Amino acid sequence: MTPTRTTTPFEVISDPRPRPALPSAVLGMAVFILTEIMMFAGMVSAFTITKSSAVLGWPPPGQPRLPADETLVNTIALLLSGVVLFFAGRAFAKERGSAKAPLLVALALGTFFVLFQGFEWVALLGQGLSLTSSQHGAFFFLIVGFHGLHAVVAIGALAMVGQRLQQGRLAASTFQAVRLFWYFVVLVWPVLYVLVYL
Amino acid sequence: MATAEVTHDSHDDHGHHEDEGFIKKYLWSTDHKMIAMQYLVTGIAMAIIGGFFAYVFRMQLAFPGVEVPLFGIVSPAQYNSLVTNHGTIMIFWVAMPVLIAAFGNFLIPLMIGCDDMVFPKINRLSYQIFLLSAIVLVGSFFVEGGGFGGAWTAYPPLSAVSEYNLTPMGATLWVVAVALEFIAFLLGGINFITTAMNSRAPGMRLYDIPMTVWMIVVASILFMASVGPLIAGAIMLIFDQTLNTGFFDPNKGGDPVLWQHLFWFFGHPEVYVVLLPALGFTADIITTFSRKPLFAYRTVLYTVFGTGILSFTVWAHHQFISGIDPRMAHIFTITTLLISVPIAEMMFVYIATLYKGSITLTTPMLWGLAFIGEFLIGGVTGIFLGASGPDIFFHDTYFVLAHFHYTFFPIAIIGSFAGLTYWWPKMTGKMMNETLGKIHFWGTIISFNVIFLPLFVLGQLGQHRRIYSYEGFGELMREDVLLGMGMQDLRVLATVALLIMIGFQVVFFLNVFLTLRKKAYDAGPNPYNANTLEWLAPSPPGHGNFAELPTVYRGAYEFSHPDRELDYWPQWEKD
Repeated sequence: MTPTRTTTPFEVISDPRPRPALPSAVLGMAVFILTEIMMFAGMVSAFTITKSSAVLGWPPPGQPRLPADETLVNTIALLLSGVVLFFAGRAFAKERGSAKAPLLVALALGTFFVLFQGFEWVALLGQGLSLTSSQHGAFFFLIVGFHGLHAVVAIGALAMVGQRLQQGRLAASTFQAVRLFWYFVVLVWPVLYVLVYL
Repeated sequence: MATAEVTHDSHDDHGHHEDEGFIKKYLWSTDHKMIAMQYLVTGIAMAIIGGFFAYVFRMQLAFPGVEVPLFGIVSPAQYNSLVTNHGTIMIFWVAMPVLIAAFGNFLIPLMIGCDDMVFPKINRLSYQIFLLSAIVLVGSFFVEGGGFGGAWTAYPPLSAVSEYNLTPMGATLWVVAVALEFIAFLLGGINFITTAMNSRAPGMRLYDIPMTVWMIVVASILFMASVGPLIAGAIMLIFDQTLNTGFFDPNKGGDPVLWQHLFWFFGHPEVYVVLLPALGFTADIITTFSRKPLFAYRTVLYTVFGTGILSFTVWAHHQFISGIDPRMAHIFTITTLLISVPIAEMMFVYIATLYKGSITLTTPMLWGLAFIGEFLIGGVTGIFLGASGPDIFFHDTYFVLAHFHYTFFPIAIIGSFAGLTYWWPKMTGKMMNETLGKIHFWGTIISFNVIFLPLFVLGQLGQHRRIYSYEGFGELMREDVLLGMGMQDLRVLATVALLIMIGFQVVFFLNVFLTLRKKAYDAGPNPYNANTLEWLAPSPPGHGNFAELPTVYRGAYEFSHPDRELDYWPQWEKD
């Protein structure tokens, strides 16, 4: 295990096997994301069914409306971070060092998203929306909470990528896999926003 | 996933593995064969626990209120817990780890000709989480209130509200254990799919991959695509149990049927997740022992993909009496009956493979053939249950119970023994004794049928599932219902057959014990003259599996080729 290695292992070992279409890290991540998509699909369909069969209207009486406008700003921040990360990937392919700046911007935007969500949660809890206050609150904190958890993990992964990039030992496929995960976190959010907030 | 890249490096240092301590070698190994053995041994240990539970509740059913040897008097709560955890263990901690994890780990790298899984450390983590899940489940039997008793399907509100199930700790630990187990197989599945796609030996095209590997890969994809909603459901159920939410509680605006959808959306593909590996083993076994190529390899492959897709559209046939819309029930009846078509096709393919073959009835071949025959009974009885009309009458009777035991027993037990006896020489380097193997086979198969055939009859007579004792139900204690036997006599017959079957398992362990150290049973690398790559590696394979990376020249089933004197043509031989 050499700490300065910058290529993927398939390049290191002289291997008579054909180069796979997708590097293993990326394929593995893609399979993982398949499960993640299905998990969110399960939560979202459960939410939609419960919402559509709510007799007293939605949101239920006495429960606050979700801050759709403020969250729109936040949604744009998250989408932007995805776009910036896309360009970080392209910069990395051309000249590794030039990926640092866009990566930092994407990381900052992602962190902004999570912090914004945190403040929103505190405000909503103050207005009486909690896990046990109603189905509305339960599903909100379940779905948005799980997305937030994914965002935190993905930010951690991006930070790790940044650290490895700094040390010059970031493998292209690792970066690609982490980017894929971040795209998932970014792209699933508008779906949740439309279904849960609007 | 972040560590994935680094883990490749552990391929290179095979030499370091020679002088490790016990923990490093047996509990902390990244070698796919060792992880396979860990899964196998854990699975067998869990099978013994699950089998013991079956013994206890069958004794209670045959002789109500009697003191069961090694257990004592069974209380109704204990009975519920025993049947619940018997089902849970046999599906999640026996069928899954043995068929998918143990055989997948052992066979995929060997059959596609590489040295290890793509992500060995994720693989190790997978087993460790699995072991933790098993410990949590076994631990849940000993907490206050005892183990969870709300059936392996865990329908709320029984599973969600501790005032109903009376197992506040047991119910939560049960869900936690199941969720951990899913995470373990998630990590395993990522490995299986990625390895089979990216690490094949040079020359091995997609159509050269042995059926066992394809089946495990498709099963893994099915698992990955279906488990998501159940993970979501499990989290919601844990929230309902511990955080007082009401996702499944109608008093709080929730919907208990929602859980059934989330559960069975996974639960039905899960049947195919465990079925496909067993079908794969059978394909490899019957080609080897009938010395014929697999009939219509590509069609089988497409059929498997089709079955996989179709298996996502049948789940609501478990809910015909849960109050779903009758029009929905019609649709799910059609899809359910439709899915018997590809499975029937597979049966015909296997029969066509056997047709005019030069068949040797070795022990693995017997298990393989028994799998086809017994699974057929399970499939045919399923047609009655898949149609919404008859299902209204059969629902929750012993007919259902006998039906799914005729699918799951062939899959989990017959399929596992088929794989185990076939690849035993590769795993251990020793052949097994054929006479003892056949005694074990016939003892198991005959007693299996004697257990479950009477249960079809009992089910048709209206015997309901999940009842502690039938003594209070006059119409379920009728005399002279089958060949002069009364209903209680049939229950006793099933229980006695179970005792006989458990007794015959001793023969298997005796066989292992008698042959494992004897020089006369040395297997050599290719004892069956088979074609696939695992038979090129030494038995048992060392670290790195192959002396050098093999090259593949042809498909996996080139038996009795007309241009060749030998009746087999290994994938690795140039000509």
